[in-house]
Amino acid sequence: MGVETPSMAVCPGCVGLPETTVEPELKDAQIALSLPTIHCQGCISAVERGLIAHPGVRNARVNLTLKRAMIEAEPGLDAVDLIPVLEGLGYEAHELDPGALSVTGADKAGRELLMRLAVAGFAMMNVMLLSVSVWAGAMDATRDMFHWISAAIAIPAIGFAAQPFFRNAWSALSVGRLNMDVPITLAIVLALITSLWETSLSGEHAYFDAALALTFFLLAGRYLDFRTRAIARSAASELAALEVPRAIRVRDGEEHEVAVAELSVGDLVLVRPGGRMPVDGVIVTGCSELDRSLLSGETLPVFAEPGLAVSAGEVNLTGPLTIRATAVGQDTSLHRMAELVAIAESGRSRYTSLADRAARLYAPGVHILSALSFVGWFIWSGDVRVALNIAAAVLIITCPCALGLAVPAVTTAASGRLFRKGMLIKHATALERLAEVDTVVFDKTGTLTMGVPELTNMDGFSPLELSVARALAQGSSHPLAVSLSKALKVEMAEVSGIEEKPGFGIEGVFQGVQVRLGRASWVGAEQCEETATWLSVGDQAPKAFYFSDALRPGASEVVEALKQAGKMVLLLSGDTKGAVGAMAARLGIEDWQAGALPKDKVARIAALSKQGHKVLMVGDGLNDTGALSSAHVSISPASALDAARVASDIVLLGQDLAPIADACDIAGRATRRIRENFSIATVYNLIAVPLAVAGFATPLIAALAMSASSITVSLNALRLR
Amino acid sequence: MQVLSYLIPISLILGAVGLAGFIYTVRSNQYDDPEGDSRRILSDEWDDHPKP
Repeated sequence: MGVETPSMAVCPGCVGLPETTVEPELKDAQIALSLPTIHCQGCISAVERGLIAHPGVRNARVNLTLKRAMIEAEPGLDAVDLIPVLEGLGYEAHELDPGALSVTGADKAGRELLMRLAVAGFAMMNVMLLSVSVWAGAMDATRDMFHWISAAIAIPAIGFAAQPFFRNAWSALSVGRLNMDVPITLAIVLALITSLWETSLSGEHAYFDAALALTFFLLAGRYLDFRTRAIARSAASELAALEVPRAIRVRDGEEHEVAVAELSVGDLVLVRPGGRMPVDGVIVTGCSELDRSLLSGETLPVFAEPGLAVSAGEVNLTGPLTIRATAVGQDTSLHRMAELVAIAESGRSRYTSLADRAARLYAPGVHILSALSFVGWFIWSGDVRVALNIAAAVLIITCPCALGLAVPAVTTAASGRLFRKGMLIKHATALERLAEVDTVVFDKTGTLTMGVPELTNMDGFSPLELSVARALAQGSSHPLAVSLSKALKVEMAEVSGIEEKPGFGIEGVFQGVQVRLGRASWVGAEQCEETATWLSVGDQAPKAFYFSDALRPGASEVVEALKQAGKMVLLLSGDTKGAVGAMAARLGIEDWQAGALPKDKVARIAALSKQGHKVLMVGDGLNDTGALSSAHVSISPASALDAARVASDIVLLGQDLAPIADACDIAGRATRRIRENFSIATVYNLIAVPLAVAGFATPLIAALAMSASSITVSLNALRLR
Repeated sequence: MQVLSYLIPISLILGAVGLAGFIYTVRSNQYDDPEGDSRRILSDEWDDHPKP
């Protein structure tokens, strides 16, 4: 959003000021980095200092609230160059697509709300000052003058500030429904009309201050709500921005980097080792291995050779592959799966939030009560003015001021607390649903585990073999080789002529004999069920290095904590029986299922739901998306595929799983607070409404009841922080 | 009661100044990073030319 530079015509007083805009000078920042682990002043300084010291960086600024760094850099410098710098300083960093971060629309709406809030606050304070003197006993002409001044402030202020309520109320009424905004609008408008009428007749009671206070408190609730969602939305769009969708297209022997959206069927696409398939296709040239774990949950890499069909989302491990695209964009299997999720998603909107349930009871009740008191007083006194006055007082006092704050204040406090713990609440009712959970279903690969292999058997090898293995593994970027060379802390043997055969393994010559490290079939061994790589030295029988998936930090703690909280914990995985069973035993999960297909997972969750369980699904892969969206509430780690994150209500930003247990606890407390807040608001109403209906309500009582209930509710919510 | 004719305009003007100030802070992006701004003041790095 631009800042208008003051021009002569607008304000002569500003001409003397230097023409600087306060807008940060990073408007044309070329690089955006997400820094999920920064948390304090020390981090800000360290990151900014480190980045600015890097050659080519012109300016860098950290935004701690969004946990993000914007960097203005010389052309040619890429995020890839800066990420190692930050990792050297000890901070996780991920590239963001600055284009995808444009949140100007949401930003503008937030600013508009804040502006309205400010105007309402300003007007409320001034009118309150005048009202205090009226309550203190200002009489006759003085009182009239104060009322007229109040009217002059209140009417334009409400005309500007209360627009969101008017608009919402109108859109609800025009389709013949009632929502919370209808009684609000009615109360504000009726209060203004009766007060004006009273003022013109030199009456005693004017509700200008109440109308403004109502607008102010309700806007505060709206703003809090908006802010919580804006933060979640910007963090979610940040996650989407993490995947910079580019692909290398080969045309006439030349390689061009293009956006994935530009690819069409029949294009040849080069996928480098470590890259993800951008489209569905068939391998034309190259040999490699594919990691399909995100799609199927299977950890064992699949051998890839020309002719094999690949789907978007699979990761190429060893050698470069050229694929011919058979389906692009919307038609890829990845995208079709994501669409299925969107369909399943719509089922979830059946959950009605506590606020909606309250509003359903509340909105008609308020109208009926107010109409009844109008009719009753009109019949009893025969005076329209008195009856209208009392109806307005009833509406103002019952108006859901505290109700409007009850939910947003709590969700803001709870989401803020969870965000600091590294959890992003994407869905508005996710916290309430999380609080009801009694069963937790975990996926294995990528959720309980990191998806990074860990060597398990080092004992069966002679030191010589280990040193040969290390020498062979050293040069490869295959995940198993990387893990092997990290785990083996032995001297490297002198192996000459090391050559990597993509898709098969690595071979070399050691003391005149051929040595090989790679797939079972390639070194002449039997394929086994576990993830393994085989070492053969000369003619000796090949030996296997076995790997298990490294546990995600906090995985065992979270399972332990959930069980202690009395929740049922299940493990559903698409991986092999051996791997899943070992993991379940390691974590102490009794109920587990291996080889589960996506629809098996969905069916299992549906069965659990049918038994009356509220299921929390934690998963990351495409094979989990169905389960994620059919569960009562779902969590996925930030490393999950975009489709899985979209399907889930809560995203774990860091690597640690431990916050999940805390989240369940906080969600439970948040829901309790919301209920408490509703009760508080109801108690205030129960005291004040009889007064209003009986005609004893004065503007002073209205102001007291309204402010006191709003403040109590907010304070109660703040106890969560 | 003469004093009212000064005091009321004065109080209104003061309020309006506050409102204008607030609107200025909103428009100049001063609420973009509340958490970071509140921590930056604790920086122990001496800086003669603080960043905007």
